Amino acid sequence: MGMGGLDTVLEGVLLGGVYALFAIGLSLIFGIMRLVNLAHGDIVVFAAYMILTATAAAGVSLVVATVVTIVIMFAAGFALQRLVLERVLGDDILPPLLVTFGLSIVVQNGLLLVFGADSRRLQAGAFESSSIALAPGLSVGLAPLIALITAFVVVVLLQVLFYRTALGRAFRATADNPQIAQLMGIDQRNVYALAVGLSLAVSTIAAVTFGIRSNFDPSIGPARLLYAFEAVIIGGLGSLWGTLAGGIVLGLAQTIGGRIDPEWQILAGHLAFLIVLIFRPRGLFPSRRR
Amino acid sequence: MTTDRLPDGHVVAETSAMTKPVWRLQSATRLSRAAGVAAIVIFPLLILVPAVASRNLLQDLIFVFTMLALAQLWNVLAGWGGLISVGQQAFVGLGAYGLFAAVALAGFDPLLAIPMAGCLAAIAAAILGPLMFRLEGPYFAIGSWVVAEALRLGCAQFKPLGGGTGMSLSSAALANMTGTRWAEALFGIRAAAARDVVVYWIALLLVVGITFSIYLFVRSRLGLGLAASRDNNAAARSVGVRTYRIRYLLWVLVAFATGMVGALVYLQKARISPDAAFSVVDWTAYVLFVVVIGGVRTIEGPILGVLVLWALQFNLSGYGSLYLLLLGLIAIFVMLFMQRGIWGSAAARWDLQLFPARKLLVRDDS
Repeated sequence: MGMGGLDTVLEGVLLGGVYALFAIGLSLIFGIMRLVNLAHGDIVVFAAYMILTATAAAGVSLVVATVVTIVIMFAAGFALQRLVLERVLGDDILPPLLVTFGLSIVVQNGLLLVFGADSRRLQAGAFESSSIALAPGLSVGLAPLIALITAFVVVVLLQVLFYRTALGRAFRATADNPQIAQLMGIDQRNVYALAVGLSLAVSTIAAVTFGIRSNFDPSIGPARLLYAFEAVIIGGLGSLWGTLAGGIVLGLAQTIGGRIDPEWQILAGHLAFLIVLIFRPRGLFPSRRR
Repeated sequence: MTTDRLPDGHVVAETSAMTKPVWRLQSATRLSRAAGVAAIVIFPLLILVPAVASRNLLQDLIFVFTMLALAQLWNVLAGWGGLISVGQQAFVGLGAYGLFAAVALAGFDPLLAIPMAGCLAAIAAAILGPLMFRLEGPYFAIGSWVVAEALRLGCAQFKPLGGGTGMSLSSAALANMTGTRWAEALFGIRAAAARDVVVYWIALLLVVGITFSIYLFVRSRLGLGLAASRDNNAAARSVGVRTYRIRYLLWVLVAFATGMVGALVYLQKARISPDAAFSVVDWTAYVLFVVVIGGVRTIEGPILGVLVLWALQFNLSGYGSLYLLLLGLIAIFVMLFMQRGIWGSAAARWDLQLFPARKLLVRDDS
């Protein structure tokens, strides 16, 4: 493999970091609640617009805007679960699927009404275009590298939360068996609401890294949702490390496909996903629990 | 399969001693009989609509019929079959592309091209089936969407049909469509309007045929087996229901019909592009809206739902995103507060059945 090949691999891994970060919020509630959130992509785009509004209109710095948005999105997620999703969660997966699909249409068109169809980008100063030279002729952009590192750090932090705290134990217990967890004194309603809140908070982090790296407009949510789902399913249900790996597999497939023919980039990602499903219907790293 | 023989002699002896009550299975209600009569009256009237309707109304009705057909198909697949697909736009798009290939590239009569397009969709479904059926629940939903996206991108690579930008059907290719000349002469209209009339009749035929077939299917043994496999796959298999075979058959047949509807829609539009033909909003979001508003797992529900969609579209479609936002909000509210949809709730409350699928045991004392 020459330098060109190494370059492609590196680019694919970095792209995978962005996809993984996008997918972690989805993976969280899919793993804990078995909830398929079809509005996830639009929620990330929504968070990006909130940060954009805070920085461009209110003149707040990007970091402050992000922190404030994380808090707001956490509260919004908590409320979303308690007021809406809680009413439709059950054995039948159709009602939550339909509600989140409706939510996706609402968020998407709401953003279109308020912000129009123009594509936007978050401004991060010199940071967004600077790059680091790893070797002669081989350099990586700082923004994509930070996205990958952020994804890694977020997974580590969530693993600590899951395996070292009481809340994490409650998450795992509820994921394993909601009825028995409830018998053991865990308030399932709170656990689920916290999980959705956490998912939306993580989605905000995804929104920043993604909004700096590429343009966004109100209509891109569903396509991004699909990449995120592919990452989650390639990685295996209930495994955050799996989601990170899944994002990287998808990023690699897209980048390699794109090198063969630019028009093949997205298609190559979808084909990689379908091939993984043919051979490993439960993903590459499914957790032992179902 | 073996069944245990019951000691039936004992039972027979006991009942024959008394006056024998006559039991029979009954599905029809007074209302459903009235609905049947109404359908027999309305159908010929709908055939005659092109004689009096404006071209705009005719195109609206084509929209209503094709949307209703897609909604019924999704409803039987997801509602009765439990195969919750978010990717039925795959078969709409394949049907549309099949029609364009047959008409524009091979020069077939567009009418003949419609069932050919359906066959293309069915073949694709038959090939994809074994892969898709390894996935369950949410995996199936997402997988079906990914397949639709992959097919969209694949069609965008197909340069003879215009690649990513799509193409239009020339009026020369459409000129030899069977029935057009006849409709032209009959109503004294121009070729384009006559084509709409023929498309209208086919749309009517498709929606009535699909609705009636689905009704017969859900009442049949196969339909019962399908519902059983949705509710509890393992239990259904344990009593001898061939769940995989029934689901596979349903999946392929639904794709065939969906492909024909897609072909018809794009025959009327006479212009195709991958983004439009494989649009998740046009061919899945609207369809879900129709089913959800009316009532999942009922045949009457989508009929009511499509009328609601038509009314909203007629009054609000000029508002663009606001209209879609409203549709999304209505869908959410219905799922939260009226999970069985408008028809489903009304039917449960007042015991209404226009297409009764249940069987009641009725005792006749004579």
